[in-house]
Amino acid sequence: MQDLTPLNDMAVVIEHLEGKLADISFEMLGKGRELAKVSGGRLLALLLGRGVKGLAAELGAADTVVVTEHEALAHYTPEAHKQALAAILKARPPRVTLVANTAMGMDLAAGLSGSLGWPLCAYVKDARLADGRLTAVSQIYGGKLLAHADMEGPSAILSVLAGSFPADAGKATGTPQVEEVAPPPLDKVRIRFKRLIQPEAGDVDITRQAVLVSVGRGIQSKDNIPLVEELAEALGGALSASRPIVDQGWLPKTRQVGKSGMSVKPKLYVAVGISGAPEHIEGMRGAELIVAINTDPNAPIFNVAHYGVVSDLFDVIPLLTEKIKSS
Amino acid sequence: MNIVVPVKMVPDLVEELEVDAAGHALDRSFLKLRINEFDEHALEEALLLKATHGGTVTVLALDTGEVDETLFTCLAKGADRAVKITGDFQEGVSSHAAAVVLARALGAVPHDLILTGVQAADDRDGQVGILLATALDLPHVSVVSGVEPAPGGKAATVRQEYSGGIMAELEVDLPAVLGIQAARAAPRYAPVSKVRQVMKTQKLEEIPAPPVEAGAGSTVSRLAKPETADRAEILEGSPEEVADRLLALFAERGFLKR
Ligand SMILES: Cc1cc2nc3c(=O)[nH]c(=O)nc-3n(C[C@H](O)[C@H](O)[C@H](O)COP(=O)(O)OP(=O)(O)OC[C@H]3O[C@@H](n4cnc5c(N)ncnc54)[C@H](O)[C@@H]3O)c2cc1C
Ligand SMILES: Nc1ncnc2c1ncn2[C@@H]1O[C@H](COP(=O)(O)O)[C@@H](O)[C@H]1O
Repeated sequence: MQDLTPLNDMAVVIEHLEGKLADISFEMLGKGRELAKVSGGRLLALLLGRGVKGLAAELGAADTVVVTEHEALAHYTPEAHKQALAAILKARPPRVTLVANTAMGMDLAAGLSGSLGWPLCAYVKDARLADGRLTAVSQIYGGKLLAHADMEGPSAILSVLAGSFPADAGKATGTPQVEEVAPPPLDKVRIRFKRLIQPEAGDVDITRQAVLVSVGRGIQSKDNIPLVEELAEALGGALSASRPIVDQGWLPKTRQVGKSGMSVKPKLYVAVGISGAPEHIEGMRGAELIVAINTDPNAPIFNVAHYGVVSDLFDVIPLLTEKIKSS
Repeated sequence: MNIVVPVKMVPDLVEELEVDAAGHALDRSFLKLRINEFDEHALEEALLLKATHGGTVTVLALDTGEVDETLFTCLAKGADRAVKITGDFQEGVSSHAAAVVLARALGAVPHDLILTGVQAADDRDGQVGILLATALDLPHVSVVSGVEPAPGGKAATVRQEYSGGIMAELEVDLPAVLGIQAARAAPRYAPVSKVRQVMKTQKLEEIPAPPVEAGAGSTVSRLAKPETADRAEILEGSPEEVADRLLALFAERGFLKR
């Protein structure tokens, strides 16, 4: 007979915003299903919020959707969500708990690890379960190295980078069992949700451009940005950027590509002086054709680019712009 | 308002990273360390908050190697105190252990607000700030850009950045730990001459770390460069040749107008 103790179960913390399930939730369900097959346990989807029960219908990949609803969970706040999750997980410790490595998930993953005392592995790209041993593969040092780690103890938390697993594998219709669980008392929370702020409309919407030429810290100074902008113009596209360029105040936030910026899917994406940190790649890996120009042959951007040029952008970009203009 | 900024030294990602012979960890012999860039943002936000709301800024670092100059630089930028927590950390320290050490050190440092960097690129076992908050039983918000203390200093309004450019505005009771993604202004620069002068005139405080047991809860069995089957095809040649090949590629794919 199959061993159905909770310790063989896989749990996925479902991320959603404004009534919409995040893609990463399906990615994790797909991976969780695969791990549950190996362990022989069930796949649990943990759905927290207020008035979210209806979303369970989209979580058919799970065996059971554990739904916890409360006024204090109506909007995401790190504290209340962590407390509610900790109570659920403590009552039925799964073998593996998958949390998204997102702004929301970051607080939850480390918070749960701290509260429950379970080990955590962050920036997870892959996970394997064999002979009862759990190995997590994380992408660290800005994507430059992969670490394979053996997780200790009966329960572990993995915080998963978006784009690591196919979302389709976690999209299944079906009617999972829904189990409603009352949250622990959430009346003493010290973090209160005020409002959501939608992105400002910029002069250009980079999510709608067919061609994006994106500039990163390799550009060195604000004065050099026109160099890259000219290439974008010559290609009939728009200029976008990595986060540090925006944080320096060199370009508006509306031009930022990546985890905390925009997700873009142009036909052509040219990355100029961008290292390709996981947080950047998250926002552009869906581009049809990716070309990267970088002096560092080991820059992680070359792992997602289709074509790469290892050289100084200041040598190549002006020449290329000139050639395009006169072609 | 008393603000504490824990700072961490991380490998400079612009440099080549070498893995040790055993294939488990970075070869630290040639490693160039620098302050985690998000910590520079945390310090900047702390200094700007101090400028408008008064109070002190204390910088804390575990002595994981090469921290002195970084701490002096923080003083040169305007921090009031710089504390080095000494201990056996030269080979690195897990996030869980660092959090326990910092939590103990904070027992002796007044704090209304603890601003950490949002993350460091090498923290496989999770973010220290969140673990620190858990250890101190304080509220925590990460991926924060924008911190505005409420009148009276009992709470602060913060902005947490989600994907797609969406932000959540949250109100947090103080003391709290915030993981800073970006300061409201680009981090200031301290000229070398100023840092030198501070090195001569100011002292780093040192406190020994208590013994801690906390491990990472996992063991690295292999550390290596990613092997991707579909890595980019590298276009070789002089800049002239490379530009020609790119031009041909763009033409072939129909990206050249006219
Ligand atoms: C929660 C969170 C969210 C984040 N969200 C985002 C996001 O939305 N978008 C984003 O981009 N980042 C984001 N980041 C930051 C991300 O981790 C990286 O720090 C960032 O992407 C690095 O930007 P970069 O590649 O421009 O700079 P760097 O990593 O500094 O890379 C610069 C590159 O330029 C190359 N270079 C230098 N000189 C030249 C030259 N002359 N010619 C050619 N190449 C040269 C270097 O080799 C290097 O590879 C986020 C981080 C966190 C923690
Ligand atoms: N060893 C350390 N000493 C002081 N602060 C640290 C240390 N490790 C992490 N931190 C703080 O925690 C933040 C997040 O780091 P990490 O947990 O490594 O992602 C850093 O940006 C620092 O502010």
